[in-house]
Amino acid sequence: MVDIWEGLSAAFWLIVQFDTELWEISLRSLRVTLTALVIASVIAIPLGTYLAVQRFRYRRFTISLINALMGLPPVVVGLVVYILLSRSGPFGVLNLLFTPTAMIIAQVIIITPVIASIAHQSMRELWAEYHDLLISLNTSKWQRITTLVRDGRRNLLTAALAGFGRAIGEVGAIMIVGGNIDHVTRVLTTAIALETGKGDFALALGLGFVLIGLAIVVNLAIHTLSRTEREGQW
Amino acid sequence: MVSRLFPLTLQDVAVRRQGKRIIGPIDMVLDPSGPTMVIGPNGSGKTTLLRVMHGIERISAGSATWAAPDSSKHAFVFQSPIVMRRSVVENLAYPLRLVKTPAAQIKETVDYWLDRIGLTPVQNSPATRLSGGERQKLAIARALVRKPDVLFLDEPCANLDGRATHEIETLLQEIAEAGTHLVMATHDMGQARRLAHDLVFMLDGKIHETGPAATKFSTPETQALAAFLRGDIVT
Repeated sequence: MVDIWEGLSAAFWLIVQFDTELWEISLRSLRVTLTALVIASVIAIPLGTYLAVQRFRYRRFTISLINALMGLPPVVVGLVVYILLSRSGPFGVLNLLFTPTAMIIAQVIIITPVIASIAHQSMRELWAEYHDLLISLNTSKWQRITTLVRDGRRNLLTAALAGFGRAIGEVGAIMIVGGNIDHVTRVLTTAIALETGKGDFALALGLGFVLIGLAIVVNLAIHTLSRTEREGQW
Repeated sequence: MVSRLFPLTLQDVAVRRQGKRIIGPIDMVLDPSGPTMVIGPNGSGKTTLLRVMHGIERISAGSATWAAPDSSKHAFVFQSPIVMRRSVVENLAYPLRLVKTPAAQIKETVDYWLDRIGLTPVQNSPATRLSGGERQKLAIARALVRKPDVLFLDEPCANLDGRATHEIETLLQEIAEAGTHLVMATHDMGQARRLAHDLVFMLDGKIHETGPAATKFSTPETQALAAFLRGDIVT
């Protein structure tokens, strides 16, 4: 219990003192996570919607695979990305290992199935609601997808936020591919792991509270900006 | 006004789902000069017949052929009105946006229909907040914004109270007088008598009797239609 109070106190002082390292790490966490989120959303939302409206031979298998990939172990993802980006790997020439870009790649792989699966679920329900109307209006496949994405944007936002939650708290993959290099690839989660390893639990907890606060602020900001709680408004 | 789309010819049409016959075999030529009411007991295949005519139901056998096929010239109103998760005005604009109608024309058309169905005061409200009658009027107006020649309606007044039903019937009569052909399924005989020019009586997935409404209501050919018109249970 004392440790938790010390952690809260450490978090308070880190923020109040405007600790430059904390801000640097926090901003890097945000930059990496939000970039990964945007890329993953661009892939996952159309994919989830397409799976809702289109019937094809291996559709069930594809949906099952995406659902299964939701539980992808981050350490394994990190390891695979590490091998692919290492000097002897097929993409070694790009020199991306131990850079924020490598961390973004790993996060995109981890959160794309999460967003796609939740997006598919909500788009499937909306498609059931709109199916007859959109068919009777003789809409093209593209028009169906864009209509569902537009009208289901609140649900898709939830899917994206689930991806954000998974990415912002991720440590295993980005530790492997980022290397937790000070001023280069250190983010909040890897810093917490480092401080825990060093036995500085108060600082680790402090960083943990900052991380939680950051996640809450981003969620609230997105909800406020997109007016999800405005009663009766679409 | 005779639509160039007609006649619609159904030849030996059958619809089966999971091996079960829903309708068919059906042979008919639809070439109406006024509103056509499709009547029959629940489960007789009225909805499926309308969906086949509109082209949104997969036919298991036979063919449905328009004289001048143009799917943009017919529209469908469903029994449970489908309102999009948008404002009233956006619901009305949607079919026009699909065909890239100029913005000024969209505004003009939408304003006309908002006024016509009395929803101007709530034009910016979410359509999902409307009452059942208002939703159905919105669905009918949305189906009409692209000026179809034919409007299919699947029991549009089911679940509505008398006042809402009257408002919708008035709207439908005005639409029909303006030249849009109505093909409507109903099990409300009063409504059928008020609106029908031609009658199609369905029973057990087949067309049992068809012809001018005035004749069919006064002198039905078959026992089944006579019983149905009397209000007896027909199976």
